[in-house]
Amino acid sequence: MSEPLVVVKDLVKTFVSSKGLLSPKRYVHAVTDVSFTIHPKETFALVGESGCGKSTTGRLVTRLLHPDAGQVIFDGTDITNYTVNQMRPLRSNMQMVFQDPYGSLNPRIKIEDLVAEPLKIHTNLSAEERRKVVYELLEVVGLRTEHADRYPHEFSGGQRQRIGIARALSVRPKLIVADEPVSALDVSIQAQVLNLLKELQQKYELTYLFISHDLSVVEMIADKIGVMYLGKLVESAPKEELYSNPLHPYTKALLSAVPIPDPTHKRNRIILKGDLPSPVYPPSGCMFHTRCPNCTEQCKVEKPALREVSKDHFVACPYV
Amino acid sequence: MSEEKGALTVPQEEQALAPRQSRVKAFFIKFLGRKTAVVAACFIILLVIIAFLAPVLQPFDPATPDYDAILSPPNAKHLFGTDEYGRDILSRLLAGSRLSLSVSLSSVTLGAGLGAVLGILAGYYGGWLDSLIMRTADVLLAFPDILLAIAIVAVIGPGLSNVIIAVAVFSIPSFARIMRSSTLTVKQSLYVEAARSIGATNRSIMWKHIFPGTVASIIVNFTMRIGTAILAAASLSFLGFGAKPTEPDWGAMLSTGRNYLGVAPHIVYFSGGIIFLTVLAFNLLGDGLRDTLDPKIQ
Repeated sequence: MSEPLVVVKDLVKTFVSSKGLLSPKRYVHAVTDVSFTIHPKETFALVGESGCGKSTTGRLVTRLLHPDAGQVIFDGTDITNYTVNQMRPLRSNMQMVFQDPYGSLNPRIKIEDLVAEPLKIHTNLSAEERRKVVYELLEVVGLRTEHADRYPHEFSGGQRQRIGIARALSVRPKLIVADEPVSALDVSIQAQVLNLLKELQQKYELTYLFISHDLSVVEMIADKIGVMYLGKLVESAPKEELYSNPLHPYTKALLSAVPIPDPTHKRNRIILKGDLPSPVYPPSGCMFHTRCPNCTEQCKVEKPALREVSKDHFVACPYV
Repeated sequence: MSEEKGALTVPQEEQALAPRQSRVKAFFIKFLGRKTAVVAACFIILLVIIAFLAPVLQPFDPATPDYDAILSPPNAKHLFGTDEYGRDILSRLLAGSRLSLSVSLSSVTLGAGLGAVLGILAGYYGGWLDSLIMRTADVLLAFPDILLAIAIVAVIGPGLSNVIIAVAVFSIPSFARIMRSSTLTVKQSLYVEAARSIGATNRSIMWKHIFPGTVASIIVNFTMRIGTAILAAASLSFLGFGAKPTEPDWGAMLSTGRNYLGVAPHIVYFSGGIIFLTVLAFNLLGDGLRDTLDPKIQ
């Protein structure tokens, strides 16, 4: 097996939220002890409900946020405590694609300059050379060269996401962190963008950290999947293994909620009781015990650790 | 780049977008659609032309008194009447356009430039720099504008260039404040985070990504401050700190004309009217420019 491109060890991130000068500070436990590795040319998907810390994890990996504890190792280098200036040259190897294609492109900058911006920062190409690269990239992502002269608002959501992808690709990164790249798009367009991402992965040997809440999207693109719940990784396994043999009760419930396009198919849905607990006051013991159908007294006290049940299949539940 | 190019996926969503003109042409076509702004722009251009051609256009010497026609109302000889020394008001207004426009434009430009830089630094970096800049701005804002200007002129001495500096200084806090709040808004936007994720430097984020998003509010404030600047410069002139009494200055004319409101209201009408129209024109032009510069407004 090749050297892993990304190694994340026991990552912790807590945000401080305070309602006023006199009220006590509150801590939002966004990410707690998350560990995973991503190998080159692999797609690792993080799934979970909104607010479970998957986007925060993505931003910790690209070091847009600074972790409170834990380690981020990228391409063999420990970048956990890199400063903004130390990170800058590394950013040509790790790019992001954002969820909202309407907000992530500056409305006042032309497509050509948007796509060329990473090149301007990370390479010494002349303006002419940059333009050539931009034209090529636009064609690669399925746009036309004459689109270079336009502004973001002249494009549809899917086209904008293609622009975002072209921008991320411009410096030929090793890793692309795609934070819900298709969830703002129509289902038909989602498939196009996902296909594009897959084709680009093969063509440019990309590694993806793919963040999504949509299990049908993840099924299409991922090689390995990590399921997050309230800031914790509860299960991680290769895709086929996870879909055929989900072990954690939360993963089972999630998978049972995936719609199947067959009206005659009877689904055995596992309906979870109660609401998602607040990450400000996370439950004791196992994070999931408040909603778990198999909860025992022990679950309320003991924090289950991630353990390997079969090859590459990790679960944080002692009863499976 | 690899050799094998060509579209990998042919997207169905892609339709041909309308052919487009050059940016400058597009700007003018959009701007010309805003009739009030066009009228305002024409008025300002006319004022500038008048300012340049004032010595040729003026029917009388603006500084020569005519003691036979003191405070005379508008008539065939003096179209706008005369002031308390019998000086022709039309000539003085034409000549005064030079002084008023140059003083107000240069002082507000200076103030806007400094204020914008300070505001964007305060908003972007936050922390102690923010506190330092904004608390200083608060102190300056706590003074009434004119009192502050008088204090500054009292320190650095009278004269027109010092009036420009004084008016610029009291314009700084309002620009800094507006710039800071716009910066805080734009700083939260996803595209700034995206810029950070590709490794853009702070300077490039500030000037390429944040600044263009704040120009609209700066333009609007700029046009508002022109009016204040004209009045402030005028007040300083009236108090003897700026333009000399013999020099024609709109504000100074308005201030002195106030004393003759009962017997010769035309002095105030004409000098006040021209200030009013100038300020209005700058405001309307600012509104029009703001809409034209916003790519989201068609």
